[in-house]
Amino acid sequence: MDGQARPMVGIVIVSHSSRLAEEVAALVREFGGENVPVAAAGGTDDGRLGTSLGKVIAAVESVDRGAGVVLIPDLGSSVLTAKLVEEPGSVVIADVPLVEGAIAAAVTVGGGGSLPDVLSSAEEARTFRKL
Amino acid sequence: MDTSFFLAWIKEAASAVQAERDHLTQLDAAIGDADHGANLDRGFAAVRQTLADTPPQTPGGVLVQAGSALIRKVGGASGPLYGTAFRQMGRALGDAPEITPADLVTALEAAQEGVQKLGGAAEGDKTLVDAFAPAVRALAQAVRDGAKLEDALETATAAAQEGAQATVPLQARKGRASYLGPRSVGHEDPGAASTALIFAALRRAAGQA
Repeated sequence: MDGQARPMVGIVIVSHSSRLAEEVAALVREFGGENVPVAAAGGTDDGRLGTSLGKVIAAVESVDRGAGVVLIPDLGSSVLTAKLVEEPGSVVIADVPLVEGAIAAAVTVGGGGSLPDVLSSAEEARTFRKL
Repeated sequence: MDTSFFLAWIKEAASAVQAERDHLTQLDAAIGDADHGANLDRGFAAVRQTLADTPPQTPGGVLVQAGSALIRKVGGASGPLYGTAFRQMGRALGDAPEITPADLVTALEAAQEGVQKLGGAAEGDKTLVDAFAPAVRALAQAVRDGAKLEDALETATAAAQEGAQATVPLQARKGRASYLGPRSVGHEDPGAASTALIFAALRRAAGQA
C-alpha cells in the first residue's frame, strides 16, 4: 500500500476496576507498541467498582481511527454495558480472557491487522494453554 | 393509563427500592457482591431527579428517560438490564398518550425480550427473568380474560413474587452468582426479588389511578 499506513483498530479495556483497566491498557501499549490506540474504561463515574456507560462511550470515541474498535470486557456489567455500545462491523466485543485477549489483540493491532484479524487473534487466546 | 400513571409507577418503584435497599443488598451479599440494593437505589434516585428536571410528556417518554438514567447511574449489571427493560417498554409504547392494558402487555413482552437478548438468561437460570417472565405471562392471560387492570396486575405481582421465591432452590447459571456454582443454591436471587418489587409498584400505581 505504497508505504501509507492504514488506520489502526482501537482497543477498549472495560473493567469493574479503574486501576485494572488502566494496567491492562498499559500492557497493551507494551506489547503492541505506543501507537496502538487503546483506552481504559474502568469503574463507575464516582470511582466505585462497576461500569460506566459514559466512560465506555468516551473510550470508544477516543480510540476510533476509522478501522473499528474492539471492546474487551472483564465480566458481568462490563459485558452488558459493552453490548449496549456494540455496532456490528465497527464496534465489536471480544469474548476472551481479559489479559490474554488484550495482549493478543494488541500484537495484531500493532502488526496492522484489520478488525476481523484482531478479533480472531484475541479469540484464539481463549484456548491458549500456559502449561 | 396516561403519563401520570407511569410517573406514579416509577415513583412507587423508587420508594420500594429505597425501602428494601438493605434487604436487596443482603440477598446479594449471600450470592453476589452485596451492591444490588445500593446500586438500584442510586439508579432510581437519578431517575426521580431526571423526571423532575425534565418531565416527559408521554408514557413512552417516561419509560425511555427512566431506563436511560438507570443505564447511566446504576454501575452494576442491573443498570443495563433494567434500563433496557424500561427503554424497550417505552419504545414499544411510542408516543401514544393513553395506554390500554393490551398495550401494557405488549410493552412488557418487548421489555422481557430486550432483557433476555442482552443478558442471555432463560427461565430457571436464577435471574430476574424468573420473576419477570411469569409476571408477564400472568398479566397477558388476565388481560385476555378481560380482568380489571388492578386485578390483572395483582395476579402479575403474585406471579413475580412466586417466581422470585422459586429461585431459592435453583443453582445460578447466569450473572455473578453463577461463579458460586452449587453454593448459589438456597438463596433468593436479588434481581428476581427487585423485579417483584417493581411489579408490586405497578399494581399500586393502578390502585391510585
